[in-house]
Amino acid sequence: MIKKQSLKLLAGIAVLLTVATPVMAETPEEKGFRIAARSDRSDRGFINNEVTATMILRNNQGQESKRILLQRTLEIQDESVGDKGVIIFQSPADVSGTTFLSHAKILKQDDQWLYLPALKRVKRISSKNKSGPFLGSEFAFEDFTSQELNKYKYKWLRAEPCPNAPPLTCDVIERYPQYEFSGYTKQIGWVDQTDFQSRKIDFYDRKDELLKTLTLGGYEKHEGKYWRAHELKMVNHVTGKSTDFLFSDFKFGLKLSERDFEKGFLGSDY
Amino acid sequence: MTIKPFHILFGSVALLLSSFGGQANAAEIGGVRVSGFIGVESRVFTQNPKHAGQKTGLEASVIFNPEFRYRTEDRVHRFTFIPFYRQDSRDDARSHFDIREAYWQWRGDEWDVLAGINKVFWGVTESAHLVNIVNQVDGVEDLDGEDYLGQPMINIATQQDWGRVDLYVLPGFRERTFPGTSGRFRGPLPVDTDNAKFESGAKEKHIDFAARYSHYFGDWDVGLSYFYGTDRAPVLSLSNDGTRFIPTYNLINQVGADIQYTTGAWLWKFEGITREGQGDAFAAAVGGFEYTFYQVFEKDWDIGVLAEYQYDGRDASAPFTAQDEDIFAGVRLALNDIQDTQVLAGFSIDQSSGEQFYNFEADRRIGENYTLELRARFIADSNAGDDSFALEHDDYIQLRISRHF
Repeated sequence: MIKKQSLKLLAGIAVLLTVATPVMAETPEEKGFRIAARSDRSDRGFINNEVTATMILRNNQGQESKRILLQRTLEIQDESVGDKGVIIFQSPADVSGTTFLSHAKILKQDDQWLYLPALKRVKRISSKNKSGPFLGSEFAFEDFTSQELNKYKYKWLRAEPCPNAPPLTCDVIERYPQYEFSGYTKQIGWVDQTDFQSRKIDFYDRKDELLKTLTLGGYEKHEGKYWRAHELKMVNHVTGKSTDFLFSDFKFGLKLSERDFEKGFLGSDY
Repeated sequence: MTIKPFHILFGSVALLLSSFGGQANAAEIGGVRVSGFIGVESRVFTQNPKHAGQKTGLEASVIFNPEFRYRTEDRVHRFTFIPFYRQDSRDDARSHFDIREAYWQWRGDEWDVLAGINKVFWGVTESAHLVNIVNQVDGVEDLDGEDYLGQPMINIATQQDWGRVDLYVLPGFRERTFPGTSGRFRGPLPVDTDNAKFESGAKEKHIDFAARYSHYFGDWDVGLSYFYGTDRAPVLSLSNDGTRFIPTYNLINQVGADIQYTTGAWLWKFEGITREGQGDAFAAAVGGFEYTFYQVFEKDWDIGVLAEYQYDGRDASAPFTAQDEDIFAGVRLALNDIQDTQVLAGFSIDQSSGEQFYNFEADRRIGENYTLELRARFIADSNAGDDSFALEHDDYIQLRISRHF
């Protein structure tokens, strides 16, 4: 009996161990991916949204320039395919109506088109230009178009208080771009353990030196479940320039369909 | 009182600086979004005119191009109205009014319908726009032929997963605009736009028809188009009294294809047409590439290199074209700065005559609401009988300042 009992106990322990093993033996890489995936998937099911973004570009003398954009995103739930996005420029006035359409891929190059309202012309553009500045700002194209989970490999580093959201604890994760032509060797991100949202990202250039820091703040919950940052600030440590991205007027569940994110529809909703 | 260049220049500068005061962005008046621009343009020609009647000296213009847009809350109906006006100091034929767009658009679940005046652009290449045929070229605006007159149309379209199909019924032909007697960029005689001839008995009331399919397949973007109707370009023939050119517009059938292959930093482009209705059926094509070097010299600058070859198989019974066996090459520089500074320098050379055309364009925003556009265009090695011989004295430098609102 005792023997049997102990066997049972042993078996019980073995079962416990088996269940616990994945956690115990989780490598920093697996943990990093798990946390990034949890953050990415916390957004699942938003279907589409629209937001007005105000960009404030600041040079190192503090001079400011403003741009207003309307951004629309169509969620593609399949993680092996990226989301689709439209950005309609509203100001400065001379480029208003210019529209940028992106179909994100995972490791292949994204499909991108530009609509030029003066000629009413649609141009397929090269998406090789990952690290170029978006509208003269401190944000690179890839900072917008390369936020898909599987575009990176991950590594968990440590947990510590979130640098810009002190009551929260953050997991600190390194991620390495897997897509071609990235301007970054790595990014270090702080993701909080409560709402699983990104709080800060350090960007390291091709020489592996700290280039830029993005801080994300003003988080609000929409539709009762989707967290959105309302204030993004990107600081370039090399040039001293910075860009603020302020989001307002988030709209979810619009009557937008796949075809609103098609090349053939560019320019028709301006 | 005759309008002198300085009247236009000073009057419009005052207008530019005053009328839109501190207003920064598109205004909304009763749900109608108002935007657009007002521009002042001046041209300096580096040589005296070649033809009798052409005026000398500075040419000045003011351009007004407001845009009015309205859409219903449910985004099913859209209304757009874009008038255009240019007042020119030198050439009455260049002073003109046009309605670029004035349409109603209805958006259904499967089909969209647009009725009114609109502009559509087809094609991918930079040095010639062979496939693009729906809108008439506004020939007094710019040498580059990228300004178009509004075209009355009914357009029915559907977007499916396999592509977009557009059908166009085009009532109301628009005649091409040409410089007047006192204007530059014309032949030895002015074009008599009041006495145009048409092959169709219905003349300018002939109803044209067009259809287009466009989509993308991975890295390939493809467009196929068909047009039946009055050609937008006229054949010019000498009037009986030998004092003017008379434009004659033929009925044509045209099939076009435009293809772009995008890979890495390469854009490979091709446009081709076959046309029937002007002498022997013929084909024309333009093809080439654009390659961009990103972030050159460790700066945010992009440098693009372009080259295209133009072929045209038409005979003398078709409208004249200078783009028949020409090589075009160019360099595009984008600084990617806050002012969106861009420069394009290009030239084309006619393989058989050796005549050359040089083009320089520079654009930059000033502050939040102004833009500055510089154009310089020169013709070289043009001899009697060459395509550009009539324009050999029309080298010019042009500056436009626009206030956008």
